[in-house]
Amino acid sequence: MSDVIVVDYGAGNTRSVCAALTHLGHTSEVTSTPEKIERASHVILPGVGSAKSAMEHLNETGAAAALRQRFADEGQILGICLGMQLALDASEEDGGVEGIGLLNGVVTRLDAERVPRLGWALVEPWGDAYYFAHSFAAQSNDVVATSEGITAAVQRGSFLGVQFHPEKSAQAGLDFLERCLSLA
Amino acid sequence: MPLARLIPCLDVANGRVVKGVNFVGLRDVGDPVELAAFYSDGGADELVFLDIAATPDDVATMTSVIAKVADVLEIPFTVGGGVRSVADATRIIESGADRVSLNSAALASPWLISAIADRYGSQAVVVAIDAGDGVVHTHGGRIATNTATIPWAVEAAERGAGEILLTSIRQDGKRTGFDLELTSAVRSAVSVPVIASGGAGSPEHVAEALRITDAALIASIVHENPMGLPGLRREIENLGINLRPLKERA
Repeated sequence: MSDVIVVDYGAGNTRSVCAALTHLGHTSEVTSTPEKIERASHVILPGVGSAKSAMEHLNETGAAAALRQRFADEGQILGICLGMQLALDASEEDGGVEGIGLLNGVVTRLDAERVPRLGWALVEPWGDAYYFAHSFAAQSNDVVATSEGITAAVQRGSFLGVQFHPEKSAQAGLDFLERCLSLA
Repeated sequence: MPLARLIPCLDVANGRVVKGVNFVGLRDVGDPVELAAFYSDGGADELVFLDIAATPDDVATMTSVIAKVADVLEIPFTVGGGVRSVADATRIIESGADRVSLNSAALASPWLISAIADRYGSQAVVVAIDAGDGVVHTHGGRIATNTATIPWAVEAAERGAGEILLTSIRQDGKRTGFDLELTSAVRSAVSVPVIASGGAGSPEHVAEALRITDAALIASIVHENPMGLPGLRREIENLGINLRPLKERA
C-alpha cells in the first residue's frame, strides 16, 4: 500500500500534490476508499474544487466518516486549502455547506484588499513564504499560524490544516510537507 | 497584500518553446518542461504558458506538456491560448495546470468565465486583455474591437475572473517600460489582482510596474538570459520591491 493516501473528492487535479510527494520519495494513491483512509500512515485532504461538491462526494463515498474515525484514532491528517476548510464545522461557500467537523470554526468570505488573495505571503510565526490562492478563510479557535492577519494554519489533535498550497510553494513547501510526513 | 510576483511567460507551439529564448546554460531550450524547471529554480513566482498554435493536433501535444510540467514544477502555472470551452479548461486543469487564461473566447462568450469559475473557483480563471487606444484588441493585438477596456475588465471580474492579465499592445515588444497609466486605471476599477504585461526592458521597468500592481509578466528580458533571473530578482529587490525570499534546497 502507498504510504500517503490523497483523499479523492472527485474535483479537479491532485496531480501536483502527488508530484510533490514523489519528489520527496513517498508513494501516494488518490482514493476515497474509507478503509484506506482509516489505515494509511499519512492522509492528505487536498484543496481543489468547490466546497459543496467536495462535501457531497466525501459523504457519499464514506470518506468523511472515515476521516472522523481516523481523527478519533489520532491518525495524522493534513488538510490543504479547501481540504483544511472542509475540516471545520461549516462554510459560507456555495450558499452554506456543512463540513466534516473535526475542528470548531467556520469558513467565511475573505475580507482582503484584493480577492481572490493570490500569491506568496509570509506565514507567522513560521517565517517562510508560501503560495496562497483563496477567496474564503477559516475562523477558528485552533489557529496556529497567520498570514497578514488571515488564518494560515489550524491544528487540533492529529489534524493540521493549512490555507496555503505547500505543493506549489517551491522549496519552502517541500520542506513543510517533509516535516508533516515525518510525524508518525 | 501578498508579495509582488514575477511571472515569466513562455510561448509554446507544437510542444516547443518558440521565440527568442537564449540557450546559454540550457541543454534544450526548446523543451518547455526543462525551461519551466529552470525558471522555477531561478526564482520565478509563477509561470504562464501561452499555446500560440492551438491547432487540433497541437492541443494533444500541449496536454502532455502540461502534465509533464505539473510533474516537475512546484510553483503555480497558468495555461492560455485556444481555451474556447469549459471542456478545454477542464482538460488543461485536470492535466495539472493551476489556472487557465481566457482571451478572445471570453470576449465572444462572457458566460464561459463564470462557467469555469463555478467549477474550479475564481482563482483558477485569468482573463487576458490585449488593450490599446482604450479598447480591447483580438488576434494577437491586430484587430481593434468596439469593447472599451475598463468596462470589460470590470465585467470579467464580476463574472468570476480571479485575475486580469493586462497587455498593453502599444508597449508590447518595445522594451521601453510597462503602460503604467493603463495598468493603474484597470487596477483601480477592479478588486481582483492585475498582472501588468508588455514592455519590460529593464529591472527598473519591472519595479515601476510592481509598485502599482500585483504582478509583472516578463518575456524577452528573461528569455535572452535565462541564467540572469536570480540577478534580475536581486536588482528589482534593490529597487525596493519585496519579492518572496528564496529558500535553498537543504
